[in-house]
Amino acid sequence: MKGQGRQRGAGAGRILLRFVCGLIFAFLMLPLLVLFPISFSSGSYLRFPPPGFSLKWYARYFDDPTWIDATYRSLQVGAATTVLALLIGIPLAFGLARGRFRGRALIENGISAPIIVPHIVLSIAIYGLFSRLGLIGEWYGIAVAHTVLALPFVVIVLLSGLRDFDTSLELAARGLGAGPIDAARTVTLPILAPSVYSAAFLAFITSFDELVVAMFISGANMTLPKKMFDSIMSEIEPTVAAVSAMQIVLISALLLLGTWLRRPVKAPLVR
Amino acid sequence: MTLAATTPAVASRSWLRPGPFALTLPALLLLTLLFILPLLRLFSLSFAGGGFGWYEKALTGGLYTAILYRTFEIAGIVTFFSLMIGYPVAFLLATTTPIWHAIGFAFVMLPLWTSVLVRTYAWMVLLGRNGIINRVLIDSGLLDTPLSLLNSRLAVILGMVHVMLPFMILPIYSALTRIDPDLPKAARGLGASAARIFTTIYLPLTLRGIIAGVMLVFVVSLGFYITPALLGGGKVMMFAMVIEQQVREFLAWNFAGALSVILLAVTLMMFWLLNKGVARHLRD
Repeated sequence: MKGQGRQRGAGAGRILLRFVCGLIFAFLMLPLLVLFPISFSSGSYLRFPPPGFSLKWYARYFDDPTWIDATYRSLQVGAATTVLALLIGIPLAFGLARGRFRGRALIENGISAPIIVPHIVLSIAIYGLFSRLGLIGEWYGIAVAHTVLALPFVVIVLLSGLRDFDTSLELAARGLGAGPIDAARTVTLPILAPSVYSAAFLAFITSFDELVVAMFISGANMTLPKKMFDSIMSEIEPTVAAVSAMQIVLISALLLLGTWLRRPVKAPLVR
Repeated sequence: MTLAATTPAVASRSWLRPGPFALTLPALLLLTLLFILPLLRLFSLSFAGGGFGWYEKALTGGLYTAILYRTFEIAGIVTFFSLMIGYPVAFLLATTTPIWHAIGFAFVMLPLWTSVLVRTYAWMVLLGRNGIINRVLIDSGLLDTPLSLLNSRLAVILGMVHVMLPFMILPIYSALTRIDPDLPKAARGLGASAARIFTTIYLPLTLRGIIAGVMLVFVVSLGFYITPALLGGGKVMMFAMVIEQQVREFLAWNFAGALSVILLAVTLMMFWLLNKGVARHLRD
């Protein structure tokens, strides 16, 4: 009897927990969902409920070369950041995961520093440097600066992938006669691929979403977040809502793709 | 024969570590040029003109220390609420059925991956004079005139909690999944109350996750710029906004350098203190 009462008590607690979490999930999702009706509004300012349906804010985005240029620049910077962060991060992760040398722990801890240092501080520091070097407004300058921010995430993801990695598989491949390149291509890379995809996704998103650094060093050649920020500050019209809604759809698609790509590789040696 | 075939592989074990330190060089070069040197330059700028003059300006006179204090206060409030509402979500995610786990996780990850700017803008839409919250309150007859919810501390805190919540949920969730599910079951079987199970099993075993989440949320909140700039509408000043203003409006590099060093110093100090707390807890 007593046990049953407790059981029922736990059930009530469980229901309460679900209810509270439902509210919190609504708090997390509602702001994102609200952008969709606003983006299809026929009104000329942020008004809820929208007075009618129209695609004019989407049309305005696609017709305005400054929006398209900013999007193109952000994609370019994001792609360059991803490539750079992987080119630098993959060797670094291998060195840290498999090497035993003095200062290894120091480098491993130090690599996370750009996460802890406030972005505003790093931004003005890089801004000071870039304005002396005349790099303000250059897309590759933004990409290099974004690489500093993306590198810690790339290394953390790759390191955790490499630490779970069974190196005897590589030894087996080499023992069976594979050369170092063949072994890397047929064993190391397929097993590590899910971590590399995650790292690439993180690096791209870090750059594509980044505002504070870009605000200082992009000059007149705005990235998409900078263009959105200026638009939010200067005019109250739903073009930004349309851009945001498209970004949310894109991110959801990428997350689904990511779940599919990162499904565990079960038999990497059987091809 | 077999032995001969395996020998080269064993001998080439060093191939697995191809000059490990050399592999870190590109990263070290990048971080030196674009992280350490710019920060050192900023540091030296803050001492330009000799002595601590710029620091004196920042730390006396009250204005900037008041903003620093307010920044701490807001970061503290954001951290507190993130923990209070993050823990139940992490608990639900760690203990629910696989399907609800997947759905709940999507609800946490989608906002996390959506840019801070988009989420902040969404809050402007929600809280604006013609926003949903005012519309609902007026339509239901609770209000006659719209509330000015935007450009307030409340708006800044709501927006920041929304941005920071996933960073609190994830480390606590990961600590919860490492708890042996037999432990709470055994405690319940031995007659422990739900509150007792929480304080003697869940709380101590997730303390590491809690501290990691608190550290991340608090430290990142201290340096926040986008959300307070947009939702505070210039009325809620946080420290990062002062630094931005000094550089962009007044080109006061030396003073901005001093303010940056102060922000960096308090950030690192908080990080160190919380880390020390974790270390002490783990030793006990």
